[in-house]
Amino acid sequence: MEKRTDKNTYTLIFAIIMVLVVGSLLAYLAASLKPTITENQRLEKQQNILYAMGINNNEGTSAKFVTTQEAPELFNKFIKQQLVVTSDGQATENNEAYLIDVKKEQAKAKKGEERQLPLFVGEDESGKKYYIAPIRGKGLWDAIWAYVAMDENMVVQGAYFDHKGETPGLGANIKQRYFMDDFIGEHLMYNGSFKGINVAKGNADPKNDDKTDNEVDAIAGATITGDGVSAMIRSDLKLYVPYFTNLKQ
Amino acid sequence: MSLLSKKDVALIKDPLADNNPITIQVLGICSALAITAELEASIVMAISVLFVLGVGNVVISLMRNIIPSKIRIIVQLIVVATLVIIVDLVLKAFAYELSKTLSVFVGLIITNCIIMGRFEAFALANDPWRSFLDGIGNSLGYGVILIIVGFFRELLGAGTLLGIPVLGDPIELTGLYQFGYENNGFMLLSPMALIVVGIIIWVQRSRNKALIED
Repeated sequence: MEKRTDKNTYTLIFAIIMVLVVGSLLAYLAASLKPTITENQRLEKQQNILYAMGINNNEGTSAKFVTTQEAPELFNKFIKQQLVVTSDGQATENNEAYLIDVKKEQAKAKKGEERQLPLFVGEDESGKKYYIAPIRGKGLWDAIWAYVAMDENMVVQGAYFDHKGETPGLGANIKQRYFMDDFIGEHLMYNGSFKGINVAKGNADPKNDDKTDNEVDAIAGATITGDGVSAMIRSDLKLYVPYFTNLKQ
Repeated sequence: MSLLSKKDVALIKDPLADNNPITIQVLGICSALAITAELEASIVMAISVLFVLGVGNVVISLMRNIIPSKIRIIVQLIVVATLVIIVDLVLKAFAYELSKTLSVFVGLIITNCIIMGRFEAFALANDPWRSFLDGIGNSLGYGVILIIVGFFRELLGAGTLLGIPVLGDPIELTGLYQFGYENNGFMLLSPMALIVVGIIIWVQRSRNKALIED
């Protein structure tokens, strides 16, 4: 005799009920948790930007943000200006610039529309200025992104890298201190024109003493992620060159 | 009557040794390759699988009499996916830092063949309590191998354990490195995980000849 659970009608009804139950459960959960998640992401952006300009709770060799409680206050204190830059280097102030989604702006540029480039001007307690730009690119598996703090000559003053799904122990190590700190002091310009920073294998300078060679040491086993980092620096930070040229005049 | 009968104990103990999911059943090899370059990632993955397999086995076991056999694989897949997404959402809202560490594992857990394998082989035919024990046992057996492989790969590949340098500094040449020791970068690549798993299988089978197949 055929079992009740083998019948086609039963199978069909079971499938429909299951989809409805699971679907509404997940939809309800996602909708009710969304405000909390968005708030977390907003605070994380502030933490990232502060990290790049050296406002962080780093201990020993591990990278640590300022706490989420402190972040909004410190962000207001140290970030003096939030700008939206255009491709010809014109800047307008916009206090919501840190909420601009770089991914969406990149998609706009691909369609031939004008891309908004957020730039944050920070000033630390000694009065030193930092120009912090968010950039985004592709790693091996998924998106990678960074916040790079520069001075007015486009010399890197700090960087924070992050990724969505790079391999733990290999590509994921771009968010380790030893990799991020290598960028500090590196020049993005070479002989007056923009060159970027290459994540180089077989680097002749593993201790990274030469800051003007436009190179940092790559991570073993993370070639594609490293190439992604080089590419995103080259393509995204280049867009800020007109702004810095205007700044100096 | 004690809480665990002899059979119950075997459900937990067997997968740890003579019926290990990775070395004997050869399930879950893909994730063992992907995330064992670091000890920390191995531990996180082991705990995640422990949770998902424990709860998933119970859910499937409770539903075992009403699941239509024609679509049981899809039903199992949906149960795993739902569990993982719920955990991911809750972590994103209430433990954001932790969720970032875990995000890379979400896909790997859903597709982990150990989970589907145990649903299919055990939970569909057994009561919830025994299924729960089976889930715990198998994920522990999986976790043990993951942690052993992660330990050797991180130690020999990067000279660190849980991110802490234990062999000295390779650039400043302190500790072992002053005697000319070099990190073996090859350990960080996936093929070495297979070789380490292979060595574990070799050791295990040479100690217990009953495990050797003809």
